[in-house]
Amino acid sequence: MRIEEATSERHVLTVTVDNEPGILAKITGLFTARGYNIDSLTVADISENHAISRITIVTKGPPEIIDQIEAQLERLVPVHGVVDLTTAGEHVERELALVKVEGTGETRVEALRTAEVFRANVVDTTPESFVFELTGSSKKIESFVALMRGLGLVEVGRSGIVGMMRGSEKI
Amino acid sequence: MSQERSGAAILVECLVEQGVEFVFGYPGGAVLPIYDELFGEERLRHILVRHEAGAAHAAEGYARSTGKPGVVLVTSGPGATNAVTGIADAFMDSIPMVVITGQVPTALIGTDAFQEADTVGITRHCTKHNYLVKDPAELESTIREAFRIATSGRPGPVVVDIPKDVQIAIPACGSANTGPASHRYQPQVAGKDSKIAEAIKLIANAKRPILYTGGGIINSGPEASRLLRQLQHLTGAPVTSTLMGLGALPADHPDWLGMLGMHGTFEANMSMNKCDVMVCIGARFDDRVTGRLDAFSPDSKKIHIDIDRASINKNVRVDLGIVGDCATVLGQLIEVWGDRKPQDLGEWKARITGWRARECLAYPEKSAKDPSAIMPQKAIERLFELTKQRNPIITTEVGQHQMWAAQYFHFFGPNKWLTSGGLGTMGYGLPAAIGAQLGNPDDLVIDIAGEASIQMNIQELGTASQYRLPVKIFVLNNEYMGMVRQWQELTYESRYSNSYSDSLPDFVALAQAYGWKGIRINDESELDAGIESMMAHDGPVIVDCMVAKDANCFPMIPSGAAHTEMLLYGDQVDGTMDDEAKALV
Repeated sequence: MRIEEATSERHVLTVTVDNEPGILAKITGLFTARGYNIDSLTVADISENHAISRITIVTKGPPEIIDQIEAQLERLVPVHGVVDLTTAGEHVERELALVKVEGTGETRVEALRTAEVFRANVVDTTPESFVFELTGSSKKIESFVALMRGLGLVEVGRSGIVGMMRGSEKI
Repeated sequence: MSQERSGAAILVECLVEQGVEFVFGYPGGAVLPIYDELFGEERLRHILVRHEAGAAHAAEGYARSTGKPGVVLVTSGPGATNAVTGIADAFMDSIPMVVITGQVPTALIGTDAFQEADTVGITRHCTKHNYLVKDPAELESTIREAFRIATSGRPGPVVVDIPKDVQIAIPACGSANTGPASHRYQPQVAGKDSKIAEAIKLIANAKRPILYTGGGIINSGPEASRLLRQLQHLTGAPVTSTLMGLGALPADHPDWLGMLGMHGTFEANMSMNKCDVMVCIGARFDDRVTGRLDAFSPDSKKIHIDIDRASINKNVRVDLGIVGDCATVLGQLIEVWGDRKPQDLGEWKARITGWRARECLAYPEKSAKDPSAIMPQKAIERLFELTKQRNPIITTEVGQHQMWAAQYFHFFGPNKWLTSGGLGTMGYGLPAAIGAQLGNPDDLVIDIAGEASIQMNIQELGTASQYRLPVKIFVLNNEYMGMVRQWQELTYESRYSNSYSDSLPDFVALAQAYGWKGIRINDESELDAGIESMMAHDGPVIVDCMVAKDANCFPMIPSGAAHTEMLLYGDQVDGTMDDEAKALV
């Protein structure tokens, strides 16, 4: 017999939660237990008294599964709320990457020139290497990394997506 | 509360404050400080089980039959892991339960200490919520929140893991009562008015309505069952129910269709398939109910009332989802209905009468293989007839006997039928009966069991003896894991791989060994007398009722089939199935 897979779409969810032990395990465990996907996940404390964290999850699934993910997340006691940025309206998404390249001579100069085009900052340098810091959409980071592959790419670290609605409204 | 109390003393005080009558538990190293507090404590009673699985199921039985949360107390490591099946069972069936587990001292957590297990990690996905309490000052607020979460919204189990040093420590002065804020978790109880109005419009215009009810009605409290009867009376709609919802509508009601689903009645499943408006109240479109999804009730508008938003549109897309508590929403529906009159349902009722005429619960008088054997359906029918005056509480194990009990025993009110529906846990029935008997000391409590299931928690016979609980176990003994055997007959050409109950104990002698009365029924002529002597005995009884080994549980929707493709007794059944059907559980 064949096992069928449904077509899926990408959604960015922000989840505000009580900052308590085990909450991240609860959320990631929910995704594995129910067979949902996580493309990226970021989490950090966002309140003055460190009581609340904001989690941004990029996931893929058919619309009815995305709706289930939202409902299942909202069912967890420490979860205050879930917003699907993809359906809620216009939003911005940003990601930070650190990219290490190694090289001398012309490739080194070319790497620096490309970094300038992408508005990447040099955060560390030695005579034969750079570490670039780059912020932007995932696409921008992916094309920068692709170019660096030919210019002595050594290592990439990415933060995963953080997203927010455009305009003055608070979610 | 006094500041000079240890964590263990605070815990016991909190349990008393919550009105806890019974704690089902088993002592061990990591809970000794709590057990010491319980020594001589007269405000609550500790029930010593024989295995922690028994504690969890007994708490479930108590909760399901009384509507109050069940409380479990077990030690760290194996104590907690043994309780996990019962916790998972309570999670699937939405049973309010608070489980206190001991943990190794905080300094030893993570060191693979003796009897250490990551209880919070292990129970994370089979609890509604769980806690590891590292500060005795947080104990009080944590226990209060645990009870609130377990009992409100969609009920469920909550685990509170307490390291041994936290049980001994005294909270620092002034730091008491900090901890999780209690304003969080506010489930939506009332349905949105606009949705209630929309629902009433659909129901009032329905020509072929059906109410499909579930365990949510029982969980919502007896008021929900009363309101269901009222709504049924106003709308005239026929009612079916899931396994978990039996008793919400009395079984002798003219519009009662019987249970639906895999072993439901022909009339219930046909009505579900042909209805034009389906009102699902506190049920969750489980795979055992829907049959093949793409053929499930194709022509109906579906309304789903559930306190859990995640249950709505999970398995079946509905036209109108109402998030709210069953009793509250039923009250709203009745109010908005006012003095409306339903459509003429004469034609719909006539079709249902036609389906009823199939007499889907008819079964052969005699077993084909052994004409002298008692038919198990007959045994349940007689048990029902001879005990119904006492309005008994029935618990079950899991398998054929469970389905026969659901089909041939009849219920007239909520909280009388305790069974493991979602998880399907063999070994549930005996401990659940013990919990139910404690919560309802004057009621007749009977565990309808199979000879295989009963052995899964047979050790709890000792618990009933110790507390002098007059529970009855009625074993339908067919010397097979009957449901497994039935599926092997229907899907694997009768290759009965490991489903024979070999080396069975002598249940009568076993009963006597535990100080119970044992009765064996071999022949139909002994059936009534056996049941009567079970009832007459003022103490626990095992009835070992030998029944036909080849009886199957019908009607049945084979796996992967639609509601309209039911098998009834006498239908030709193929000996095998295609892989797609086999892959479904």
